[in-house]
Amino acid sequence: MALKLSKKTFKGGAHPSYKKELSATKPIAVCSLPDEVILLLSQHIGAPAVAVVKKGDKVVAGQVVAEAESKVSSRILASVSGEVSAVEKRLSPSGQKCPAIVIKTDKENNDIKKFDPIKEPKPEEIINRVREAGIVGLGGAAFPTDIKLQPSKEHKIETVIANGCECEPYLTSDHRQMLEEADALIDGLKLAMKVLNAAEGVVAIEENKADAIELLSQKLANENNISVLALKTKYPQGAADMIIKTVIGKEVPVGGRSTATGGFIQNVGTLINISKAVRDGMPMIERVVTVSGELVRSPQNFRVRIGTPISHLIKEAGGLKANSGKVIIGGPMTGLAQFSFNAPVIKATGGVLVIEDSVNGKKSQNLNPCIRCSRCVEACPMGLVPSALSIYSQVGIFEKAGEYDIDACIECSSCSYVCPANRPIVQMIKFAKQKIWDSEKDNG
Amino acid sequence: MDNFKFTVGPAPHIEKTEDTSKIMFWVIAALLPITIGAIYIMGTPALIVIAMSIAGSVGAEALWHAVSKKPMTIADGSAALTGLLLALTLPPQVSWWLPLFGGFIAITIAKFIFGGLGYNIFNPALVARAILLLSWPAQMTKAWLEPVNIDAKTMATPLYIAKKIPASFDAQAFIKSFLFTNKAGSIGEVSAVLLLVGAAILLFKKIIDWRIPFFYIGTVAFLTFAAGKNPTFYVLAGGLIIGAFFMATDYVTSPITPRGRIIYGVGLGAVTVLLRFYSNLSEGVMFAILFMNMLAPLIEKYSRPRVLGMAGKAKS
Repeated sequence: MALKLSKKTFKGGAHPSYKKELSATKPIAVCSLPDEVILLLSQHIGAPAVAVVKKGDKVVAGQVVAEAESKVSSRILASVSGEVSAVEKRLSPSGQKCPAIVIKTDKENNDIKKFDPIKEPKPEEIINRVREAGIVGLGGAAFPTDIKLQPSKEHKIETVIANGCECEPYLTSDHRQMLEEADALIDGLKLAMKVLNAAEGVVAIEENKADAIELLSQKLANENNISVLALKTKYPQGAADMIIKTVIGKEVPVGGRSTATGGFIQNVGTLINISKAVRDGMPMIERVVTVSGELVRSPQNFRVRIGTPISHLIKEAGGLKANSGKVIIGGPMTGLAQFSFNAPVIKATGGVLVIEDSVNGKKSQNLNPCIRCSRCVEACPMGLVPSALSIYSQVGIFEKAGEYDIDACIECSSCSYVCPANRPIVQMIKFAKQKIWDSEKDNG
Repeated sequence: MDNFKFTVGPAPHIEKTEDTSKIMFWVIAALLPITIGAIYIMGTPALIVIAMSIAGSVGAEALWHAVSKKPMTIADGSAALTGLLLALTLPPQVSWWLPLFGGFIAITIAKFIFGGLGYNIFNPALVARAILLLSWPAQMTKAWLEPVNIDAKTMATPLYIAKKIPASFDAQAFIKSFLFTNKAGSIGEVSAVLLLVGAAILLFKKIIDWRIPFFYIGTVAFLTFAAGKNPTFYVLAGGLIIGAFFMATDYVTSPITPRGRIIYGVGLGAVTVLLRFYSNLSEGVMFAILFMNMLAPLIEKYSRPRVLGMAGKAKS
C-alpha cells in the first residue's frame, strides 16, 4: 500500500537537536566478543529470571542460563560460549548492583545453539518461540513480548504498529535495522498480525528517516493491508500514547493498556527479533546498539552480544577523544548517566553515548524557583501542568499532585528539557509518584 | 579511558538554549526601543527617572540578599527589568527620589515579602506604581512634560480629556500623537509604535504568549466599539499597549494554562473598559492587571488542559 504522510501529530512535545548524522549512515558492524559478558537476571519488566547454572559450568551461546519462573518474566540465554565465572551482584545501567551471571568467553567457539526454524508457524507456536527465545520489547520498556502478544480478550486488536520513530536524539539503531533488515521487519510485523488476528499493519517512521520510509514503501508497495506512515519529527513521538494518538487517533486510558485502543505497538527491533526467532531459530542474545556522542572517536552502530560491558563497546568505537564527560546508557532525553564503564548492555539498551557535559556543570546546587513561564505546560504531551506537579512535590503535598493527574505522566522529560530555570521537573514528579504509591501501599 | 572523569546528573542530558536570565534580558532588549525613544523625546528628566528606578530595584535586591543570606540573583536580570518597567509607567518630571523609592518597594514589598522570584502574586512594578499613585497623587498625575501642541493649558492626558472634557476631545488628533510624540502621559506612552516593535520581538522569540495581549486588546476594542466610542483611540491611549504586552504577560503573575490566558485576557479587557468608562479614574490598565493578578490562581485551577487518556482512566 502506498506511503501515507501524516499531517497529524500529538499536542506538545519538544524539538531537541537530533544529532543523528553522527551515526545514521554507518552500517551495522559486528562487535567483537568481549572477554566476559555480564548477564543481569532482571533485564525486563516483571520478576527477575532465576539462575539455572552455577560457577564453573560450561555453557554454549543460546543455552538457557536463567529461567523465567513467573508468568511476567523473561528467560536469559547465554550470549557467548564459555565458562560461568561467577553468579554475583554486578553493576547495572541503573547504577545499582544487581544479581548477574558472568560468563568468561571462549573466543574459539563461535557456535550458537539455535531453535528449530518454523516454516508455517501457528499463532501458539509463535508465542511459544518468542517466550523460549527470551524476547522482550527492545524500545526501552523491556516488557516480555510473549505476554504482550496475548492481550486481554476484551481488547480486539485492529492495527499492529511497527514503531520506527526512534525519537531520542543520537540513536540510530532502529533506523539502521529498518534499512538493513527490512524483510525481517515486514515478516515480524506479519507474524504479530497473525498472532493477534489484526487486519491492518502500519510501519510508523519519523520524517527525518527518509531513506527508511522510501525503502519500506517500496517493499510494501504490493501489500494491501500494510502501509508506511511518515510522522512529524517531534519528541516523544515514539512513546506509546503519542504514537497511538497519532496513528489511530485514540487515547490510551491512563493506568490502562495501549491495547484497549485496538492498537498494538511493537518496536521495529523487537519485530525483527521475532522473525529471526521463528524463521531461523535465533535466540535473543544480541541486539543493535548505537555508540555515539561528540566524544566518541568513531560513532557507529554495532550488533553486540547482550552482557557486553560498555567499556568494550566504546573501545570498539575507537575510544574517546576526551578524558572527562558524560557517559549515558540509553538516549539523552531519558537515559542514565554512568559513573563507570562497567555496566553491561542489556536487552533494552539502544545506545551508549559519551557527550560533553553541557548541562550539569552549569546547574547551580540550589533548586531554582519556577518562574511560571508555561513552557512545560506547552511541552507536556499528556496535557499536564508539570510546573504545578513539581512544586507540589517540592513542598511535599503529594495528594495535591495526585489531584493534578500525576499518574498520567509518561516521564518523557520534555518538561525538564524546556525548563529555563533548569528545574529537574520529571525527577520531582517521579519522586512524588513513588511517595503516592508508598502511601497507597501503607493504606492497603 | 582509565582516568576518565565522569559527570553524572539526571536526564535530560543535552543542552537547551534558554534560561531564566536570557529571557529577562530579551524582555529588557524589547523595551530598549521605547526607552531610547523616550529619552530622545523627553531628554534628561526621563533618563533620571529610568536610572533612579533601576537603581532602587537592583539596590533593594542586593540589600535583600545581604539580609536574607540567600544566593545573589541580581544576575538573572529580573530586578533590573522590574525597575525599567516601573520607570516607563511614571511621569517624566517627578522628583528624583520618587522612582528610587518606587523601585525599592517594588522589590521589597511586592516581590521578596512574598518569597522572591516566582512567588509574588502581584506584578511588582504595578504594585509600586499603585503605592506611588496613592501616596503622591499630585506628582503622579501632573508631572508630565509640557506638551508640545495638544491642549497645553490643561496638561491633561488624552484619556482624561476624553472622559472629563469631552468638548475639547478630538480622537483623530490624539491617534496621530500616539505614534511618536511628546504628550501628557507616562514615559512609556511616548510611542505606541516603539512599544509594538518590542512586542514583536517578544512574540517572535516566543518569550510571551500571544493569547493574553490578543484577547486583552481585542476585548477593549470590542467593548469600546460596542459602547459607540472610537476603539483605535482607546487601544492606543494610556497604558494599554505597554500593559498588555509587557505587564499582563508577566510570567509569575498570569495564568500558566493556555485556556486560562484567554480568560485572563478577556477579564483584563472588561475590567479596563469598566474602569475607564464608569470609575472616577480616567485610566484603568494598572488596577485591571492588579485585580486580575489576584484571580490568576483561580483561573488557572479551572482551566487546566485536558489530560490525554484521563477520560478512559480505569476506576480503581
